[in-house]
Amino acid sequence: MLIIAVLLTLMAAVAVAVAVQRNLFSVVVLGGIYSFLMATVLVALDAVDVAMTEASVGAGISTVLLLGALYLCGGGEAKPLARPWLPLAVALVIAGALAYGTLGLPAFSDPQAPIHTHVVPRYLSAALAETGVPNVVTAVLASYRGYDTLGETTVVFTAGVGVIALLRRIGRRKKPGRGQ
Amino acid sequence: MFGAAAVAVLATLVLALVRAVLGPTVFDRVLAGNTVGTLAVLLLATIGFVVERPEFLDLAIVYGVLNVVGTIAVLKFFRYGDLGE
Repeated sequence: MLIIAVLLTLMAAVAVAVAVQRNLFSVVVLGGIYSFLMATVLVALDAVDVAMTEASVGAGISTVLLLGALYLCGGGEAKPLARPWLPLAVALVIAGALAYGTLGLPAFSDPQAPIHTHVVPRYLSAALAETGVPNVVTAVLASYRGYDTLGETTVVFTAGVGVIALLRRIGRRKKPGRGQ
Repeated sequence: MFGAAAVAVLATLVLALVRAVLGPTVFDRVLAGNTVGTLAVLLLATIGFVVERPEFLDLAIVYGVLNVVGTIAVLKFFRYGDLGE
């Protein structure tokens, strides 16, 4: 699909700009642009729920949180001391391996792909009888993968508690003599 | 017709991105970011009609709301130096 190809190319250009740019405020804005493009690609691929998450978390919340981080630690990125050739080479090799891996994937939305023939028919036919949940997606997330979801929720909760604890300490220290 | 509109929106998207990547000042980038958000809304709406699922319009409206939140946060940060209390 032409739209997706163009959008992915633009996302690659934005990613390069994020890596090159030294003004972190601009990087935050470019990151928001990247998330909006990603969300549009996801909608074009018919993954509407994931696109909503990407748009609200990536373009909305992340922008606000990163701006908060900029307020705490300043907006300039120091030039690297040495040219990072080795990390660049490693990243390029991994990118090449991933691109090579996509050649072995089944065609997009192929009904005979393994992911659609392995457990999905079982979910679709037996989810209501086994879990009593009428929505199959909810049944998979909350029942078949219940422990997985519980672990994810624990991780998110712990991260939230950590962030709140850090920000509260900084806020208390800043209160008496505000402005440096 | 909607296909042509989608292509036109994509071309505009490219121009906005050029400004976001090159843009000498931060304001160019903020404005380009806001424009990209608006164009994402337009693109969603046109994609919805191209693939004949007009309910994409509702998603486009949600995107528009999110875009406002992001831009206000960025501009508030720039005006006051923090996100305010």
